[in-house]
Amino acid sequence: MPLTIYDLMKEKGSYLPGSAACPGCGATLAFRIASRVLGPNTVYVVPASCFSVIQSPFPKSAVGAPLYNIAFPAAAATASGVWRAFKTLNKEVNVVVWAGDGGTVDIGLQALSGAAERGENIIYVCYDNEAYMNTGIQRSGATPPYALTKTTPTGKREPSKDMPLIVAAHRVPYVATASVGYPFDLAKKFEKAKRIKGFKYIHIFSPCPPGWDYPVEKTAEIGKLAVDTYFWPLYEIENGKLKITLKPRRKPLKEFIRLQGRFRKMSDEEIAELEKMVVERWKFLEHLEKSERIF
Amino acid sequence: MGGTWEIITGNHAAAIAAKLARVKVVPAYPITPQTTIVEYIASFIESGQMDAEYIRVESEHSAMAAAIGASAAGVRAFTATASQGLLLMHEVVHWAAGSRLPIGMAVVNRAVGPPWNIHVDHQDSMSQRDTGWLQMYVSSNQEVLDTILMMFKVAESPEVLLPFMVCLDGFVLSHTYMPVNIPDQEEVDEFLPPYKPPHWSLDPENPITFGNLALPDEYQEMRWSMDMAMRRAHDVIERVVEEFRERFGRYHGGVVWEYKLEDADYVVIAMGTLASEAEVAVDELRDRGVRVGLLKVRSFRPFPHKEVLKALEDKRGAIVIDRSIAFSSGGPLGIEVKASIYNQLDLPIVNFITGLGGRDVTYQDVEQMVRESMDRILSDRVDRPYYWFKLKPEFEKAEIREGY
Amino acid sequence: MSSVEGDIIIPVSKPSPGSAGDTGLWRVFKPVVHEDRCIKCWLCWLYCPEEVISEGENGFPEINYSYCKGCGVCADVCPKDAIEMVPD
Repeated sequence: MPLTIYDLMKEKGSYLPGSAACPGCGATLAFRIASRVLGPNTVYVVPASCFSVIQSPFPKSAVGAPLYNIAFPAAAATASGVWRAFKTLNKEVNVVVWAGDGGTVDIGLQALSGAAERGENIIYVCYDNEAYMNTGIQRSGATPPYALTKTTPTGKREPSKDMPLIVAAHRVPYVATASVGYPFDLAKKFEKAKRIKGFKYIHIFSPCPPGWDYPVEKTAEIGKLAVDTYFWPLYEIENGKLKITLKPRRKPLKEFIRLQGRFRKMSDEEIAELEKMVVERWKFLEHLEKSERIF
Repeated sequence: MGGTWEIITGNHAAAIAAKLARVKVVPAYPITPQTTIVEYIASFIESGQMDAEYIRVESEHSAMAAAIGASAAGVRAFTATASQGLLLMHEVVHWAAGSRLPIGMAVVNRAVGPPWNIHVDHQDSMSQRDTGWLQMYVSSNQEVLDTILMMFKVAESPEVLLPFMVCLDGFVLSHTYMPVNIPDQEEVDEFLPPYKPPHWSLDPENPITFGNLALPDEYQEMRWSMDMAMRRAHDVIERVVEEFRERFGRYHGGVVWEYKLEDADYVVIAMGTLASEAEVAVDELRDRGVRVGLLKVRSFRPFPHKEVLKALEDKRGAIVIDRSIAFSSGGPLGIEVKASIYNQLDLPIVNFITGLGGRDVTYQDVEQMVRESMDRILSDRVDRPYYWFKLKPEFEKAEIREGY
Repeated sequence: MSSVEGDIIIPVSKPSPGSAGDTGLWRVFKPVVHEDRCIKCWLCWLYCPEEVISEGENGFPEINYSYCKGCGVCADVCPKDAIEMVPD
């Protein structure tokens, strides 16, 4: 069923305006859309992340659904406990981890892997702003090569972890990438995840104006350009079968790179190098798409 | 007394207690000497004797995190660990208490590494003493079972709402068979009704955000509130112990257990199975005319300052035996006992550190500690905050030469 | 519901708009909707990170200036340049 903007508009989201989020925050935009699809019958578990601050300080909260804040490494384990408790109470509730990239690909990876392997009936969401933003921009395992952070002052040298495929290798029923630049694609993936039993993983590209050093109004545009330049391909893996959900006509990577201060030290050669990697990765995904099952 | 008698290990008793308490979620991760607790629980659940969710987590950190999630969703949660597992949990052990979730945990005391050592001492649980958990130390398998049941009731009482750990000595209790009376399920159900979170839970009907940022303006009172609850737990433990005695006819002591204290000149203070050895030592010494008594500290958190002070009034000295070490400072129990009497009594306290990594401490050892202490007290030679006991002779010499 | 019951003080927070105060005060530029150019595609609503755009009584986008942080994403995504960022 095609999803329209009117469908989304009539749903009640769980984000309440006037939060402590930075202006133009990609994570907030992602949450606004996702929480509309997930609906109010949802419990969120949030590890240390920007989202711990976005909620605003005690005694108020910008989130209108039950939310439990937990220590950095533990979100997937805590969500497992929440889900199992609801199971004993015969309650059907969406249990959702809402984690940043540090809490997912680095410190939270072990608990995430455990929950995925056990097949816990939860949706694990990584909103990925590609660095430790809440602590003031330090590199994470999700930071792309060449990006400047406070701990990579001359640019990161290593490629980032391919987290969605790492999770998919656990043979979970659903893995998807999404971007705040394409909210309908994002919404559809949440709709799907909501209906599937077992462990679901959605990795959302979430631009960060202060962390990536771009003009604050460009959040949606950068979210789109990431996809359009193949920097952040949109795909889903359902029961091991990979499908690229959006195949745009590729734009030069430069359009995406040159909007962001974090890449300001990149030479044209380096951009060409990165573009090569990005295109190779796209081809790899196209190759995977041809398989009946990749895992 | 109803119930049935079985000859079981301390770990089996802990698992049966979790079953009788109708725990709903059990996250489990193996570690010696705890492992058989979660093995028994797995078999209870898979054989249909216990109706609970069993989460085979990938670490102890996740075990506690999952217990937190379950408890926050409003059900009774239980797990068990030891040593390194407890240390790995540490972050979320704090988190459970700060969340005011009455989670139950059996801690099978074991030394911490390196080097690897699977035998008993209390360094593991002592490293968690300031996390806001209630801590009970027990000395028999019956006490393991009974205390877990009692502590769920204490922890869940609305004026407490703190998690608890029942600490049992590795191997000495965990793997040793003793006769244990297993109460009837109906009796336990009447004693311990289902858990109902009194203030909040993760409920879509009533959305709240738990644990978001609290600024300096707000934070301190939350910790004060935990401290209030911990202090209040003292009376709640005494109340629940009495209720348990009435219903089940068994009593292991309240926050403390006293033995032959009344006319004693000297008081041995110990916890866990060391207290059982001390009990025998007291009898032996009394047979030879030494007036000595025993104060077994059951509740280390809340600490029974009042009871310690009362027990030491009119005495000539106290011998405190610790099975862990606060390096350069003393034994955690010794330190607390000194705090209890500070500014109240002028009483010599001889604090011993011994039994680390499973070194056997027998009743004869306790007798010797008492005699050495009496010598020191009578000749005014309590010259150090603590003394190591049962070091190998060559190290004993080095220890004395070095002073402190 | 209260986070304080007697002396049990629990870090439980209540959902409320304006949880970080009147975040409209953060604004440097203010989005102004030119209804004559608006085609009601609602992309501004879709992409607004702050949930401050809704359908006004006249059927056009209405901005909640109490909380709008003035990021300008709405103006950036508007296909008809119907939202203008003006100094606030």
